[in-house]
Amino acid sequence: MAVERASERLVELLTRDDAVQEQWVTAVSATLGGRISRAELERELSELYQSLVQALDKGGLDWRDEAYSEVRALLVELSRARARHGFTPTETAVSVFACKDVLEPTEDSTAEDVKAYLQLTRLLDSLGMFTIEAYARTREEIISAQAEQLLELSTPVVKLWEGVVAVPLVGTLDSARTQVVMEKLLQSLVDSESEHAIIDITGVPAVDTEVAQHLLKTVVAARLMGAECTISGIRPQIAQTLVALGVQFGDIVTKATLQDALRHVLQLSGAQAPLGGSR
Amino acid sequence: MTGPRVEGEQTVPIGSNDDVVRARQTVRTYAQQCGLSLVDQTKLVTAASELARNTLVYGGGGRMRCATVRNGARVGVHAVFEDSGPGIPDLDLALTDGWTSGGGLGLGLSGARRLVDEFELDSAPGAGTKVSVTKWAR
Repeated sequence: MAVERASERLVELLTRDDAVQEQWVTAVSATLGGRISRAELERELSELYQSLVQALDKGGLDWRDEAYSEVRALLVELSRARARHGFTPTETAVSVFACKDVLEPTEDSTAEDVKAYLQLTRLLDSLGMFTIEAYARTREEIISAQAEQLLELSTPVVKLWEGVVAVPLVGTLDSARTQVVMEKLLQSLVDSESEHAIIDITGVPAVDTEVAQHLLKTVVAARLMGAECTISGIRPQIAQTLVALGVQFGDIVTKATLQDALRHVLQLSGAQAPLGGSR
Repeated sequence: MTGPRVEGEQTVPIGSNDDVVRARQTVRTYAQQCGLSLVDQTKLVTAASELARNTLVYGGGGRMRCATVRNGARVGVHAVFEDSGPGIPDLDLALTDGWTSGGGLGLGLSGARRLVDEFELDSAPGAGTKVSVTKWAR
C-alpha cells in the first residue's frame, strides 16, 4: 500500500540518524532559555519521539488515528505542564515544530526524502495545532477555576460586633456574585444570630442600576428574615451618579463610611459604642 | 470652525457580561486620559455600563466604539453602542423613568441620558439600536 510505504519512509527518516533526538532536544531547549532542565526535556521528548516512531510504524499518517493515541496523550500532558508553568503558546508548540528544523532536507537529500519530509511536516503541523488547542484548553480551565475561587474569596462575611455582620464588597458586582453574597449574608445572619448587617460598597468601582437592584433585593431578603441592612461606602461620586440615575434606596439606611454605619447600628441596638463615646 | 474631531477610536465587542466590564474599563481609561473629574468619570462609566448592558440584554449583543473627541479647545469622550437586535418601537416610552421591557429598574436608558452631556438614541423596530453619548471635560 502506498500510504504504508510513505509512513515507513518517515520512520526511516526519523530513525536514520541517531542524533535526531539529541538535536531536537537542543533546538527546543534553546528557545526555552533554560527554564526547563535538559534532563526533563530529554525525558519528555524521547517519550514523544519513541511514540511517534511507533505510531508511524504501526499505522498511517492520520494523527487522529488510534495508533496516535499515545502521541496525543503525551502532547496533552506536555501542553498542560507548559500552560501551568506559564509558558507562552509559542514556547509550547516549539516542542513539536522544532522537529521539523532538525530534519530539514539538505542539498544531498534525495527526492524521496524531500517528499517524506513534506509528509512529516504536514503531520507535525497537525500535531502542533493539537498541542496549542490542548494548551488553550488548560488555560481556560485555570482561568475558570480562578474565577470560581475569586467568587468565594471576594465575599467574606465578617462579624463586626455582637449581632452585627458586615460584607465588604470589592470589585464588579454581577448577578453571579450577588447571588453568592446574598446566600452567604443570609446564612451568616442565621448562624451568628445577628439582627444587623452592613453591606460596604467602598470597593465597588461603579454602581449602576443592576448593582443597585441587586443590593435592594439583598436588603429586602434580609428584612424578610427580620434583619436590618445598612449600606455603607457611598462615596461622593457614587452618590451623585445614583441621584442622576434616579435610583432610590427608599427607607434603607445608607452611610458614607463603614465606621458611620457601625456607629449607627450600635446606637440602634443600644450597645455600648466606643466610637466617639456616643451611646 | 470644523466639527468635533474623533481620535483614537477603539472597538469593544459586547457579547457577554465580561464584555460589559471590559467596555466599562475601556471607557474609564478614556475618561482618565481626557482628564474628566472623578465625578464625571464615574457618571460616564456608569452610563456606559447601563448602555452596554442594554446592548447585551435587549439587543442580543453588539459592540461599543469609544474615542476621544475634540471640539476646539474642548476635549471629551465619545462612545457609541450599537446592536442589530429587535430595536425599540417607542423611543419616548423607552426613555420614561421606571418603564422596562425586562426585569430591571427601568432607569438604565433614561438614567444614562442624565449622566452624560450629549445623548442620541437611534432605533426602529427590526433595525437595531444605536446610542451615542458624549461627556466633555470641564
